[in-house]
Amino acid sequence: MVRPECLKVLAAHRTNEIVVSIFKPAFEWRVISPSDLNYTFINAMGQIASHGLGLALAFPERRIIVLDGDGSLLMNLGCLVTIAHVAPRNLIHFVCDNGVYETTGGQPTPGSGQISLAGFARAAGYPLVHEFDDLVEFERALPELLTAEGPVFADLKVVQGTEPYPEEWEAVFSKERQRAFKRAALSSL
Amino acid sequence: MAEPPKGQAILDQLKQAGIEFVVSLPDKMTAGLVDLIVRDPSFRFVPVCKEDEGVSICSALSFGDKRAVLVTQHTGVLDSVNSLRTVAAEFKHPLVMIVGLLTKEPGVKPTESKRVGIRIIEPLLDLLDISHVIVEKEGDEAQIGNLIEEAYSTPKPVAILIGRAVV
Repeated sequence: MVRPECLKVLAAHRTNEIVVSIFKPAFEWRVISPSDLNYTFINAMGQIASHGLGLALAFPERRIIVLDGDGSLLMNLGCLVTIAHVAPRNLIHFVCDNGVYETTGGQPTPGSGQISLAGFARAAGYPLVHEFDDLVEFERALPELLTAEGPVFADLKVVQGTEPYPEEWEAVFSKERQRAFKRAALSSL
Repeated sequence: MAEPPKGQAILDQLKQAGIEFVVSLPDKMTAGLVDLIVRDPSFRFVPVCKEDEGVSICSALSFGDKRAVLVTQHTGVLDSVNSLRTVAAEFKHPLVMIVGLLTKEPGVKPTESKRVGIRIIEPLLDLLDISHVIVEKEGDEAQIGNLIEEAYSTPKPVAILIGRAVV
């Protein structure tokens, strides 16, 4: 699956979920699905799912979608155990798994093609775990993934797209964006 | 020697400051406090596998106006520097940490400790602009409430350094 295409499919099914993203997927997502409910205030690789857990606890009435990466998740595998233990029903943990460190030039992630991130999530105790490498199948499963009792995990086998997305760091980290997110997230559903 | 800090007094300060979530990895210095917290239904206890997860969880909770505290050993602070760099130095998110200074010599200032890990904690917190107080004896607990208010009103991260095992 081409990642931006995958994100466009997800955007078409998005309603009022908080979406947590970092680095490349964040730059794509802010264009594909602009919203004050986009949370991008992380800037520490490996920490995205932990931010997602904090948001899931802070906003139990909202669904939280995390757009993790394989390199990022490998940096913080313990978060799978923490999340499964806390068991937030409103957390959907997607991993955009391209098997490489895209930002630094495409070096392969350790164990790329040999390990199973879905297997890790299943063993950690996520109750619902999927793996997708076909966009049609992903789209077909999305309604269930977005409404199932979580935490939900899905490994999305993706490749990077060719369409350029501007890397506007200030736009994803700004104080103004943080205030807008907080206002939107705290507003009633 | 003065009496050690009391877990119940710290817990009372946390409650008065509106702390709802306690995120933690086990630490000998604060075990007496965490034992009380785990048994108290007014707190939501979140155990983590690694301390930097806790930095992120507490930071995200603040967006929902939920007050949280990360209870960790000083080694957890050292292990979390990159997460603290973003939350503290870059984003200035509110974060309250209770940090056990395991192996600190009684009565010795942290910066004068023979242990490298203890000696560098306060300078590191200063570099990251993280306010801190030390709680080493009974009565020191009274500083905690004001420091938590500083964290959420500024906003910024703060650290309560536990210099002697809590009882």
